[in-house]
Amino acid sequence: MNERRPMTSMALTEPAAVSPLWRGRAGIIGLIVAEASLFAVFVVAYLFYLGKSLNGPYPKDVLELPLVNTLCLLSSSVTVAFAVRALRRGQARRSGGWFLLTLVLGAVFLLGTAREWYRLIVGQGFTIGTNLFGTTFYALVGLHASHVTLGIFVLGLLTIFAYSGALRSEHVERAELAAWYWHFVDGVWIVVFTVVYVVGR
Amino acid sequence: MTGLADSTAPGFSEGTQRSWLAVLHDWVVTVDHKRLGIMYVVTALGFLVVAGLEASAMRLQLAWSNLHVVSPGTFNQLFTMHGTTMVFLVGIPFVFGFGNYLVPLMIGARDLAFPRLNAFGFWILLFGGILLYFSVIGGEGLYGAGSSPAVGWFAYAPLTERAFSPGNATDYWTLALLVTGFGTIATAINLIVTILTMRGPGMTLGRMPIFVWEILTISAMTLIILPPLSAAQIMLLLDRFLGAHFFDTQAGGSAVMWQHFFWFFGHPEVYILILPGFGIASEIIPVFSRKVIFGYVTLVVASAGIGLVGMGTWAHHMFAVGMGSPLNSAFTASTMLVGVPTGVKLFNWLATLYGGKIRFQTPMLFCCAFLFQFLCAGLTGIMLAVAPFDWQLTDSYFVVAHFHFTLIGGLVFTLFAALYYWFPKATGRMLSERLGRWHFWLFVIGFNMTFLTMHIPGMLGMARRIYTYPADRGWELWNLVATLGVPLQILGVLLFVVNVVVSLRQGALAGNDPWDAWTLEWATTSPPPPYNFAVVPPVPSRRPLWDLKNPADPDGPHE
Repeated sequence: MNERRPMTSMALTEPAAVSPLWRGRAGIIGLIVAEASLFAVFVVAYLFYLGKSLNGPYPKDVLELPLVNTLCLLSSSVTVAFAVRALRRGQARRSGGWFLLTLVLGAVFLLGTAREWYRLIVGQGFTIGTNLFGTTFYALVGLHASHVTLGIFVLGLLTIFAYSGALRSEHVERAELAAWYWHFVDGVWIVVFTVVYVVGR
Repeated sequence: MTGLADSTAPGFSEGTQRSWLAVLHDWVVTVDHKRLGIMYVVTALGFLVVAGLEASAMRLQLAWSNLHVVSPGTFNQLFTMHGTTMVFLVGIPFVFGFGNYLVPLMIGARDLAFPRLNAFGFWILLFGGILLYFSVIGGEGLYGAGSSPAVGWFAYAPLTERAFSPGNATDYWTLALLVTGFGTIATAINLIVTILTMRGPGMTLGRMPIFVWEILTISAMTLIILPPLSAAQIMLLLDRFLGAHFFDTQAGGSAVMWQHFFWFFGHPEVYILILPGFGIASEIIPVFSRKVIFGYVTLVVASAGIGLVGMGTWAHHMFAVGMGSPLNSAFTASTMLVGVPTGVKLFNWLATLYGGKIRFQTPMLFCCAFLFQFLCAGLTGIMLAVAPFDWQLTDSYFVVAHFHFTLIGGLVFTLFAALYYWFPKATGRMLSERLGRWHFWLFVIGFNMTFLTMHIPGMLGMARRIYTYPADRGWELWNLVATLGVPLQILGVLLFVVNVVVSLRQGALAGNDPWDAWTLEWATTSPPPPYNFAVVPPVPSRRPLWDLKNPADPDGPHE
């Protein structure tokens, strides 16, 4: 090794440009952009194939407004915000309670979707292969439900960590990122609800 | 074995004799961006050889009329695997590999923002590639039909539906792309976060090397255009496994919808591949012209312009579908619009060369060939953007020649330039200039014999993907010349491999800064230590090393 050593600094007057907090934030924003793009394609497909089914049943025949579901999921955005606020104030156990409530609301939502699908598939024999409506409906709602499931898994971890004492107020930035993801899943539901149950019906 | 590891990462194993198993273990569990970058590039080179052999088999088959070198079914599999491999397993790992290796070094960071996510991205891409090639032995499925996928790299519906592509070969294709896509998205997020949040002291956005700007641009594009491909693959999987009807035309599904989804990914994808090539040229041309890059700001703006407009040009792949005049006109216009920022870049490079003290070493030779060949590719691209012209030549060998000029004449040439330019940084040793020149001249002559010639049978009506052709069309001579170019390219690449193997052991020691360059990666040792910089040098301008070497005449006042 005959090369020069790394050149040394003359003066480090200028600080590093960006707070390290933004690493996690920028990462989760990137993930949300990518996920939004994924959902956008399924929404476009839903709208494009709307009314193009060759045979019934059609949306107005089988779909009912999932109002309880929607209420649960929307309010879970509020409870997750409370969870993060409690954690920021150092009230880890209270935060765990809010995370648990968020999780339960998400689970009620999933259960509602499961009941709806059970009614449609077993009760009415309406499946993903029945027609284009079935294809796009189960794909879009199912994609969203899979994201809710992932969110519930993360919320479950946060709840356990909060009660075990592993999640403390210095981790609030990370918990907040999970909350951002949950808000996103919530926001996607507003779009799905509008497209599938309002416009599509 | 140990020679490679020693010379690429002396920080880990210097001075001690270690078993190959320990070295392999180090490489498998590493989260170091430099090692992952090298593994990306080596993976890409490996798949480049495979895809090149597939292409060679196709060229043999087409060398003369009525040949039967391979069977028609095999031919379909060859062009499918060649295209898929080149785009997803050569182009993507090449550009993200160079991004991985260079971005932290260029911006004065110690690693990417999420090193373990980075390792995940690499391994899932590699396993996606293995999954694709596992179809060769695993694709028989229950139906015993076919082995490798044979649906073309853009896999148009409804050919991909269960009824028309039985067996599991197409499933391997779909799953492989889905899986590599996840890795690519993860790496893109990683690079964006690194560039936005981990720049060293003084490294403002406006002082970043152009290459870093290009990586930022393509990573942002990746976030927007790759998920639609994943979505389309999920839809195809639902069609094939659960009996959904997304692309099933008999149940009202739309085959054109697949084309829109695929090309919404597929066209910006080629910009994702070529923009880092532009970045490489923008790093190498100034250093070998001994001048500052001409029009830094216009280059950055042009990249953003290509990125933005490039996401609105996809349907120029679909002029022949019958979209109607309004859409045809709109996509003709948007495609021509992309030519503007691309032209701006060409003039930037020419102006950088103008009046420069040009050193024609191997990296610069490849960049010069790139300028000519990419100009040619751009001009045929403008021709094909005109819908009526495209109706005549769509899916002909003219199109094949056009996109090989962009992706080989453009991208692969700049990648070879990059390999010659940064190999000393990554290994501490120079590649042989003599072998490099042989590689360059063989490759540039072979490439042009194959692909410049290929425009002509295309204009004479030779369709893409045909298995063979009758004797009376006047295509034989052109095809023979095109095929004769192949051995020259193979020989060139072989010389490159020999060059790498020999130079790793016996190449001249590179030192920190063999090219007298100006960006931060040349400030650290070659190869860099695992932590990159003990102390990050100050960045008072776009050429921090110029300022260090010439304190009497710093760049800052001129920017």
